[in-house]
Formats: sequence, structure tokens, C-alpha cells
Amino acid sequence: MIRHVDPIFEKSVPGRKGYSLPPLDIPEEKIESLLPEKFARKTKAELPEVSEVDVVRHFTRLSQLNFGVDEGLYPLGSCTMKYNPKINEDMARLPGFSQIHPLQNPDTVQGALALMHELSAMLAEITGMSAVTLQPAAGAHGELTGIMIIKAYHESRGDSKRTKMIVPDTAHGTNPASCSVAGYDMVEVKSNSRGNVDIPALKEHLSDEIAGIMLTNPNTLGLFEEDILEMARLVHEAGGLLYYDGANANAILGKARPGDMGFDVIHLNLHKSFSTPHGGGGPGSGPVGVCENLAEFLPVPVIGKKGDRFFFDYDRPKSIGRVRSFYGNFGVLVRAYTYIRTMGPDGLRAVSEGAVLNANYAQTALKKDFALPFDRICKHEFVLSGKKQKAESGVTTLDMAKRLIDYGFHPPTIYFPQIVEEAIMVEPPETESREELDAFIGAMKSVAREARENPEIFKDAPCSTIVSRLDETLAARKPVLRWSPEEE
Amino acid sequence: MAKVQKDLKYTENHEWAKIEGKTMKVGVTDYAQHAMGDIVYVELPDTGADFRAGEDLCVIESVKGANDVYSPLSGKVTEVNSELEDSPELINSDPYGSWIAEMELSDPSEGDKLLDGEAYEKLCEKLEAEEGE
Amino acid sequence: MHRYLPHTPSQREEMLQAVGVPDIDALFADIPQSLRLKQDLKIPAALSELELAREMTALAEENASADKYACFLGAGIYDHFIPTAVNHLAGRSEFLTSYTPYQPEVSQGTLQTIFEYQTMVCELTGMDVSNASMYDGATAMAEAAFMAAASAKRKGIVVARTVNPQYRQVLKTYAPYQQLTVEEALFGNGQTDMADLEKKLSSDTAALIVQSPNFFGCLEDLEALGQAAKKAGALFVVVTDLLALSLLEPPSAFGADVVVGEGQPMGNSMNFGGPGFGFFAVTKQYMRKIPGRVVGQTVDRKGNRAWVLTLQAREQHIRREKATSNICSNHNLNIVMATIYMSLMGKEGLREAAAACMKKAAYTKKLLLDGGKFESLSDAPFFREFLVKCSEDPASLNARLFDKGIIGGYDVSEDYPELEKGWLVAVTEKRTAEEIAAFAETAGRDEK
Repeated sequence: MIRHVDPIFEKSVPGRKGYSLPPLDIPEEKIESLLPEKFARKTKAELPEVSEVDVVRHFTRLSQLNFGVDEGLYPLGSCTMKYNPKINEDMARLPGFSQIHPLQNPDTVQGALALMHELSAMLAEITGMSAVTLQPAAGAHGELTGIMIIKAYHESRGDSKRTKMIVPDTAHGTNPASCSVAGYDMVEVKSNSRGNVDIPALKEHLSDEIAGIMLTNPNTLGLFEEDILEMARLVHEAGGLLYYDGANANAILGKARPGDMGFDVIHLNLHKSFSTPHGGGGPGSGPVGVCENLAEFLPVPVIGKKGDRFFFDYDRPKSIGRVRSFYGNFGVLVRAYTYIRTMGPDGLRAVSEGAVLNANYAQTALKKDFALPFDRICKHEFVLSGKKQKAESGVTTLDMAKRLIDYGFHPPTIYFPQIVEEAIMVEPPETESREELDAFIGAMKSVAREARENPEIFKDAPCSTIVSRLDETLAARKPVLRWSPEEE
Repeated sequence: MAKVQKDLKYTENHEWAKIEGKTMKVGVTDYAQHAMGDIVYVELPDTGADFRAGEDLCVIESVKGANDVYSPLSGKVTEVNSELEDSPELINSDPYGSWIAEMELSDPSEGDKLLDGEAYEKLCEKLEAEEGE
Repeated sequence: MHRYLPHTPSQREEMLQAVGVPDIDALFADIPQSLRLKQDLKIPAALSELELAREMTALAEENASADKYACFLGAGIYDHFIPTAVNHLAGRSEFLTSYTPYQPEVSQGTLQTIFEYQTMVCELTGMDVSNASMYDGATAMAEAAFMAAASAKRKGIVVARTVNPQYRQVLKTYAPYQQLTVEEALFGNGQTDMADLEKKLSSDTAALIVQSPNFFGCLEDLEALGQAAKKAGALFVVVTDLLALSLLEPPSAFGADVVVGEGQPMGNSMNFGGPGFGFFAVTKQYMRKIPGRVVGQTVDRKGNRAWVLTLQAREQHIRREKATSNICSNHNLNIVMATIYMSLMGKEGLREAAAACMKKAAYTKKLLLDGGKFESLSDAPFFREFLVKCSEDPASLNARLFDKGIIGGYDVSEDYPELEKGWLVAVTEKRTAEEIAAFAETAGRDEK
């Protein structure tokens, strides 16, 4: 039964307890004698006072208000919402992985270091790169780390003129933001009529002021950059480096490798291509791979191996430094490692083949009902446009996305990439069966029909959820960002 | 059809300027407020700050976007419209009545480069025609 | 057939036919021929679930974990008690397998949990606004420096040397990309040296960053530090610990503009250092400058109270190249754990756990000092951790302790050459009197 859940603070009853701690087994000392008055809290923080049962019910009910991959197809483009295997969770929770301290003597955590060392090597092989750091906590963090490495490379050569980074108009919003945080000016390059980077436009931007280019391949239209070799040649000739945004790597596992395409720096999203759970927004993990001549710039520490012993290598004078505390989101790394060992080389290739087959199957089935701006074989995702529906009946992409919820599906990514009007970006991962795809296709077709025949229905969509559409203007104009007791 | 007030000066970025001698009031146009949608916050410039023509003056946030407002001419901010702090929606309801900043111009002759009401109206017509396509 | 991949060979054929291509290769024809991999990836062959679980368990058992060893190691990550309900609830697949709550109608569970988390962080820190979390304490602090520099329109950051060395290292990695300069204020008696600090603050200081309880476990005089920051016109950034704040006067009382820190102690396992989460809270003045996600309350069309991501105009997906932070995610699952933990422990439980840490740490320090072998490096009040030294090398101490089933303290001399043989010992509420006695007895004994 789905119901509204009042904030936990409203369930608080003074004196109620949800915990038990052992009695103090050392000689009692008053806290006042340890904590001088000027440091001591004057009023207690108003945290709830609830029982364990209260807490269990509260969060169980809250969880029921979420839609997750375990419930059904989650076709968010560029997010790769594939199945998150259960064994990954069990392995990450083994005490030997979850209950180890990062500053223990490395000799006492050789299993953890071995896992990271091997995962780095496997990711390097999968991407065709020379070395991989597992430290970045997310894709955006990987981007920032990668761009710092590009900057360090140019600076090490005394090449300080390079202040600009080229980013295609289809790029994820994080790309320009990462450039800017790393101190680069962004130059946007437009796409051509095939949905790929326009080579003549690229040439115009190339100069000795260009530090590099950030590319997603396949790009966010789900299309492979067919001219990638030409682009790599041009950018390298101009003295720039190529950065690979791995958000869409699920299309090419075991099929092609960014390292072979000419990319110098890459990141992967383990929470996308390598099945670790998204957790409602994180934690992710964004390992960064580099080609051989950039390895010296990787963040510290690097995991080294001497004989059969693993160690943390801090002796890296050209390193960009430390980009976070400790060594990475280790719990996420254990899950990704488990996944790769579950799949093996054949399995990973089958993953990408399945993802690309699913996307093309759904694209073919839906292109009669929705505009398809770039009608060609896609990779693991494709982008439709809702412009036909908007022009014919005023039903927008947002309306259709909300209506899809009433059919039991999470909506696709919408209004992205920005170069496609009323964009609907669909990614049906390889773990989805044909039956589930057919049901989704049926729902999409039905939504398209409703847009023609019964546009009023969209105004109230979704109608099957715990809440209807929200007043986002109110939320932003009069921000209420924490719970407060009702004023009497 | 966006409203244009004929007695004001305009930029191609949809700011309006009301120039009286050495002082200028700046706001955004009806076309701009319509394009932005529900405005939720105006980050007002600092009083006393200097801006050159075309520099970022402030940011207007709508529900899902942030829009830069550029200074139409060069000058120093002498006053800001603090009413917008609590009621940013005034720009939606009365764009030409809701000035953002008052500036003391360093070179009023720059004003010749701005669009007059008629030229700006033509610009809006052209943009609206393109959108309708 | 693989158990995660549902298409049968005949289904594949039918689907290819529907697409209108002869085979799978045709779907990859847009990849230049020379780039298509002709051979298998050189990674180990697939394992069955049973084989893999065996191998992974063996690998895990090569690590000395805190379920078998008594952990007296801290320095930023702590072995605290986690009520069993935390993992049961946070492990629910609706929390685990959902995406960022961009579609609020099907994400109220995540959104409301974040809202409750934000409230709890505000209560503990005393601040007005909390975001939905960052990657970790170190990156939260670096982002605080960026935010301060952008707000104050200044380029100098002064950071106390008593701040976690790794946090300072991350700050130094990030700083040059925004042309920030970083200066460190010295310390004495385990606390920031006010005279040295005041020399370093200037009219170009965007932020003063301090930590309390600091890296040595000592409490800093936030009142004096806050006043110094204000005098210089700098933002006052306080790195702290949520558990400690259940007992300590919150940084807001001393004029903090930004409060950040590592949230791992709140219901998260040590996980070899990650993932935990970074908390980030500000005063109302900086509400629209805060990096990362923020959830706000609103209503739906029927007037129901509901929650939604808000103030998104600040974020990278809207601002793109004008964004001041590129963070795109939060450590959501980790704050789900923290919110459940804080709910279970509640108003009194957090204080009880925090007080137990403080008392046990004080008791352990006393045992070490009473043994005569150790000397204290600070007499400032401390929370869960303290700094001592003796003639024996920390490495040797730790090796002897390890043989007794104890993970010893942290050798601070690499981060602080001025603290030769300094040994940082953490004692949480989990440590028993028996473990503490064994620790003090073994450490206090003369080297063989």
C-alpha cells in the first residue's frame, strides 16, 4: 500500500529510543570534566526520538515511493540503468572489504590492494589505455581529474598558451563545467547533419591555443563518431589531446577501445557500464585512464607492485596531486570488479551487443510514431523528438514523459541533448528482455496515440503516483530546505 | 507578441535602458521574461561596482535556467532595486516597471549604439516569426 | 546464455530482422573497420556465482578487518557502531537501484530522505542550509574554498595546519585551477597558533579554514578563530564531525559561514576510505552559492506536501561553463544510511555514543600516560582522538599490537615532520575495557 509519509520529525515522541549501546565499562568520568563549558552544546540538536520499529516503517514506506531498476525498465538515456547484480552487494559487504581502515599497514590489506590493482589492469585492457587511477568518486570528478592531467601535460612542456578546450554541442553539461572549474575556456563545436562533430567546424577551432577536445563516443545522440580517426589526427596535429567521456561506454565493451581511437585520457562510469547501483544519485565511481606518456601525471597514490606485494606509491614528482581522500570509492570498486569477473570477455562483448540490439530494435519500432532527427543505426541509445506531437496537439515531451509513468515505466531522459528539439533520449540496457521492450514500445505508441486523440489527458499526468506534478516555481522562489516545527 | 516600450533603448540581448542624462536604469524586456519563464531569483549587482558595456551585470534565475544580464553601457551601479530580492516575479508581471539597477554612466555617448524602440520591435518580430516556424 | 542477458538466440534473430540488418556486426558497421576489436579482451574468463563468491571471500579474508581486530586507528575514518537496521533499510532495492530524483513523482522516497538529512545536518551544525552531500570531507572542503573565493571575490585561502593533511593536499591540488593561493597557519599544543594565524590573514583572504575537533582530536577555539576571520573580512569555514557536534556548541554559534566535513562516522562502514560522504552546510546568505544538489519542499497540484530538487540554476547541467562547481551527483546512498543512523540514534543516542567516545579516549590516554612510557603532545580538550609519543617508533608499536589482534594508531610524522614519533590514537564507543587494557598494556611495555 502506497501512502504519504510524514517527516520523521513529526513522529518523534520525547523519551522514545531506537538504539541500544552497552553500559560504560570503564571508570565513570563526568563529561563536564572532559569538555570545558565554553565548548559544550547549550541546546541539544533536535533529532527525532523514535523506536526502531518507527524507523523501519518510515524508511520502508519511503522506499516504496521510489521507482528502481528492480521494479522495471528505466530507459534513461546516457545513464545506463542496467540491472545491479545482487552478488555485487554481498561481496561489497564482506567484512574483509567493508570493515577495513584505509590507513592500516598495507601489508594487512593486501587483498584490497590486489583487487584494485587487478581492476585497474582490467579497465586499462577494456579501454586500451596504459594506466588507470580508481580514485575519482564520480564521472564529473573523473572529468576534472582528466582535465587536470591534460593541463599538467601542457604545462610540463612549457606550453602555456593553451587556454581553450573544445566541447561539442551535444556534450553532457558536466563537460563545460569541468573545463571551467579546471580553468579552461570552452569552445563549442557544432554537429553536422549526421549527428557527428562537424569536421570543417572543428578545423576552424583548432590552433595552438587549444588544450584538447572532450568527446563522448558514441555521443549523446547515441551515434558513433565515424570520423574519430580523422578528428584524433587533426587534434593531435594541432598539439591538443583527446578526452573520452565514458558515459556511453556500454555501447563498445569488447567491440572497440578509446585507446585505439586515439584518446589520450578517458574516464569510465562504473555506476553505468559496470553495473554498480546508482543509489538515488550516488555514490558513483569515475576511474580515469591515460596513455603511456601521461601516466606520470596521475593522482597519488598509485598502487604499485613489487614482487608479489602491493604498495601505495606516493613517489610521483609530476603527479597532479591528491584529488580526494584515500584511494577511491572502494565499495563501488568491489562491485565493478565482481561484475567484470562475472561477465568475462565474452560476457562484456555480449553486453554491448545486447545494448545496441535493444536500442536499434526500439528505435525501429518507434520511428513511425515520433520524429527521429538522425535516422541511422544507433549504438546503445537513440534520441527521438516530440516536436510532431507538440506542433499537432500541444502535448510536450514533458507531458509525454509524465504520462509514461502511468504506464509503469520510468521516463526516458528528456530535453537533452539540447540540439534536438523536445528531445526524448531512450537507453534500453542489455539486461532488458524483448518482452519488457515490447511492453515499453507499446506504451510509447499508446502515448503517441493519446497525444493525437486525447491531449487533455496529459494535463493531469501522472495520475497513478503518490503526488501529482509539483510546483517547482514555488520551491525555488520561497525555498524551504529543512523541516521546522509548525509555528503555533 | 512581446510588448516593446518605444521610449526606451534596447540591446540585442533583450535588456532595456532608460537613459536620462548621465544616469541609466536597466531592466530586461517582456520578450526576455517570457523566454525565461517563471523567475525565481535575481542576483543583484553590488552597489558601487563598475561595469563596461556588455559585461555580466547580474544573473536572473528561472525555475530551470540561469540567465546573464549584460550591462548595456559602461558605468557604476548607484542603486539596485531591492524589491526584487523578495519578489523576483515582478519582472514577469511588469518587466518595464521592474528596473534592476541604476547606473551612473561613464560615457553617455555610447548610448548611440543601442537599438531604439522600433529597431528592437523588429528584432522581436523576427525572432517570434522564427520560433513560429 | 548469461544470467543477466535475457535474449535467446532465436529472439536475437527476430530482433535483428525487425531492425532490418543481417547480423550483429551490421549494427557496428559505423565503427571504422580498423577500430573493431578482432580478438577477446585479455581479462579473466567469466566465473559462476559460486566460484566467484569463493574467490572473492578468499580475497577479502586476506585483509585484517575490524570485525576481527580491535581498531584504534582514526585520522579521518572511524570504526563506529552501526545499528543493524541501517543496512537492512538502506539496502532496499528501491533506494539502491533508483536514479537521481529528476522525476519527482516517482522519487519521493529519495527526495524526502534527502530533506530529512538536510534538516539533521542543519540541526547538528546550526547552519541554515545543507546540500544533499558531496564526495567526501576533503572535496567538500576544497569546494568550500572555491565557493568562498567566488563569493568574496578574493583569491587567498588560509588553512590551519591542524586540518586533516589529506584535505589540505586536495585543496592544494584544486587551488591553482582557480588561481587560489593557500597558506597554512602553524600550531602549538595541538591547536592553531593565533598569533601566526593573524599574521597570515589579509585583505585578500577569501576564507579561513579550520577544523574542530581537529586532525589531532583537539578542540579549537572557534570563537577566537571566527573573530579573526571576520576581522579580515574572510569567510569562516569550519571542518567538523557530526557525531562530535551532538556534544559540541555548533560552529554557527561562532560565526561560521560554511561548515563541512566527512560524514562516514554516521552509520557508514569504513569501506577502506570510501564511499563515505561530505556534508556541506551554509548560512542563508550563501544559499544560492552552495555547490551540489539541494532538495526543497513544495506542493503538488492537489496541495499535497511534496519534495523536489530545487535551486537548480546553480548546477552544472544548467550553468554549464558558468558553473562554479562541476559536481553532478551526491553520495546519496551514504546519506540514506546516515539519515537512518541519525534517526535510530536520535537526540539522546548520538550524545551517548559521542560521550562514550570521549570518555574512552580520555581513559585510554590516561592509561598510556600513567604507564610512564608515553608523553602527551597536547593538553587541549579532545574528542575521540589524541596525540602521544614515546621513544618507540609508531611502526614498531603497531607491529607489536597487530600480533595481539589490535590495529594501532596513526604515525603522524610523515604529515608533520615537526611531530617526530607522534602517534594518533582513536577510541570509539566500540572499544571495550578489555581491548583498551590490552592496547595500553602492549603499547606501554618496553620494546623487546
